[in-house]
Amino acid sequence: MTTETLIWLIPLPPVLAFFLIVLFTNRNKALSHTVAVGAAFLSWLGAMIVFGNSIFKPDLGKAPFASSLNWIPTADTWLKIGVQVDPLSAVVLFFVAWTVLMIFLYSVGYHNYGQPAGDHDHPGLPPHGATDEHGHAVPSIEPMYSRFFAFISLFAFGMFTLVLSDNLLTLFAGWEIMGLCSYLLIGFWYGKESARNAAVKAFMTTRVGDVFMLLGIAFLYSATGSLSYRDIFQPQVLHALASVPTPIFGLSAAGLIGLLLFIGTVGKSAQFPLHVWLPDAMEGPTPVSAMIHAATMVSAGVYMVIRMFPLISLDPKTMTIIAIIGTFTAIFAATIAVAQNDIKRVLAYSTISQLGFMIAALGVGAYAAAAFHLVTHAFFKALLFLGSGSVIHGMEHGVLHTGDHSVDPQNMFNMGGLRRKMPITFWTFLIGGFALSGFPLLTAGFWSKDEILADAFSNGHLIVFITLAVAAFLTAFYTMRQITLTFLGEPRTKEAEHAHETSWTMTAPLVILAGFAISAGWVGIPQDFLGLHLNPSWFHEFVGSTLAAMPEATPFSWVAFGTSLLVALGGLFFGWLVYRNVAAPEQDKLQIPLLKNKYYFDEIYNFLLIKPSYWFAETFVYQWVDKGLIDGILHFFGKAANVIGSVVRKYIDLWFINQTVGDGTAHITQWVGKNLRPIQSGRIQQYMLVSLIVLLAIAGLLYYLLVIV
Amino acid sequence: MIPLSWFLILSAALFSIGLFGVLSRKNAVAILLGIELMLNAVNINLVSFWRYGDVSQMAGQVFAIIVFAVAASEVAVGLALVISVYRRRNTVIADELDLMKW
Repeated sequence: MTTETLIWLIPLPPVLAFFLIVLFTNRNKALSHTVAVGAAFLSWLGAMIVFGNSIFKPDLGKAPFASSLNWIPTADTWLKIGVQVDPLSAVVLFFVAWTVLMIFLYSVGYHNYGQPAGDHDHPGLPPHGATDEHGHAVPSIEPMYSRFFAFISLFAFGMFTLVLSDNLLTLFAGWEIMGLCSYLLIGFWYGKESARNAAVKAFMTTRVGDVFMLLGIAFLYSATGSLSYRDIFQPQVLHALASVPTPIFGLSAAGLIGLLLFIGTVGKSAQFPLHVWLPDAMEGPTPVSAMIHAATMVSAGVYMVIRMFPLISLDPKTMTIIAIIGTFTAIFAATIAVAQNDIKRVLAYSTISQLGFMIAALGVGAYAAAAFHLVTHAFFKALLFLGSGSVIHGMEHGVLHTGDHSVDPQNMFNMGGLRRKMPITFWTFLIGGFALSGFPLLTAGFWSKDEILADAFSNGHLIVFITLAVAAFLTAFYTMRQITLTFLGEPRTKEAEHAHETSWTMTAPLVILAGFAISAGWVGIPQDFLGLHLNPSWFHEFVGSTLAAMPEATPFSWVAFGTSLLVALGGLFFGWLVYRNVAAPEQDKLQIPLLKNKYYFDEIYNFLLIKPSYWFAETFVYQWVDKGLIDGILHFFGKAANVIGSVVRKYIDLWFINQTVGDGTAHITQWVGKNLRPIQSGRIQQYMLVSLIVLLAIAGLLYYLLVIV
Repeated sequence: MIPLSWFLILSAALFSIGLFGVLSRKNAVAILLGIELMLNAVNINLVSFWRYGDVSQMAGQVFAIIVFAVAASEVAVGLALVISVYRRRNTVIADELDLMKW
């Protein structure tokens, strides 16, 4: 089988699994997860083979694996469906396949496979626990287990389609499939109102971005007549796009298309100002948060911008906007993360912030650094989310044990001391946290974040550099805060005392992802790191070859390196210092209402957008336009028809038809009958007499007519 | 030879007597008698027209015989009906037999 054929096949197992589960195996939980995990494994296998072939193929950037078919006929040409693996999609495919497989496996344990069905569980609500044969409270299996695996399989199909696509149209299709799955999975526990609202919010907010993205795609198609990357990235096409002016903000066509596509990313990757949906999306099950809202779907937004970099980078104005939004999001989300108490929400804001790093890196032109951080972030953030899921699971175990359901198993202030109860989770979470903080030399996050900072510094974007450094400091700070509150110190609640390490299906993915959270950084060690002369950074060389002109390797800078070192270690230290002695019921010492309430963004949006929308829908459209105007017109027609009907009935139907024609005929018939009745006396002799008279009359008449006349 | 008109006058007289009987008598048996007179008046007509017309043509005589047969069966049926009616209603007065009136 050629590599191209294999690439075509990679997205197929998950979508087949989706249909298999939905149509056939949904009653059988074991079969459902076997199908889903098996499909993920097949895709993983294919992806690894393709990745291996990509690494060893010389000049992959110039001649990527590609094949395409005609798909939709347009007037005189075809929209094509096709696959392409170039260095960028190869590395993205690598981490997507790994995280997808790990998270599928983790979901088996997360949804309590092997536990009894719950005592009072309802589909659409999280399982509440069951009682085993010894009378102990134990976790219960998720009631809609198969449904979950069906949805994540469909999601995996969307992600693979997006990554392997060779054109923007199928990329957009994958993008939307993921949007749908995100909606379905955030609202997986649809019995909870908060989950329903979060699902709608996520869907609506990303939709705002998607509309602009579709506009961008349409513009691009009308301008170039193709959506395939290979066609668009032809030098002459790019040159033409860059030189065509548009009336908007003085941007070139390339700049405007780039900006529109970037707005799609702003929605999908939860960048300011469309970031509000991602924290709420944590209502979904934790594997969903890890896969969709940390590792793959939100990364897809960044992937798309990286993919379109040759186009976007043509217009410096667009690049500036991207840099500003990325940088601002990075620091803005980091400050919010500092004040959150929910273990998953901290990670959600952290995700927004890290995606901001990537966007900012792209904005300053650090192509390889953005891609590098995308890969490392996917690994360590998936690890952190899965770790947090494991922690929550352990805490829920404690909650079941004590029976006190008022304790929130997600609030970090209810935890503490979990390192002894959950050692595997602790160590892997520590690795993930250090990677996120950019702990020097050891972790993957250090190498990628350092490269972003170095790029920002050496390209002369000082403001971006300083802001990102502060954001990196905050990142380290809130990460250590999280680790300290969760794992260090002594247990602050009974529930934390009774927390429990989770099953192997959950810890095994943690260990594997922890391995990547460390080793994924080694492929990107800069060439002249610390002034040493090492091999050129493999990642930089490999991914950089995707572009027509290989980006320059960033020269080593002691300032950037020192800053990176300082913020990581400083943040970790202060995080530990401030939170090391939090006692039992004590709340956060650094309570800043503005941060706690996420800069009141939900409230502002509520006031500025949602309330007016509701007013527009409820009062204006429904009450005024629909009930007043439309219904008024309809009622007028109704009344008019009624009046006409009454007139017709009264003067035509009742009077003319009924009385004159109908009754009149009957009356005449009756009158005739009444008057003819006497001759029907029933007396035979009278009949005969009448016959005689008539006969005589006729005879007389005939005689008169025939003889006399 | 007696002229044809005499026979026709006799026949008309007989017919009228019969008709008068049919129309004026109340008794159903008497009405039947009147009908017989009218039928025989017809027979006189038929026979006289035959005698005064082409004698070799037998139609008049044959018709007269058919009328006899019909009259005989009619009387038989008629009297049977009268007897039947008399058994049920205890009367043979025609005016009282008004079943045909709705």
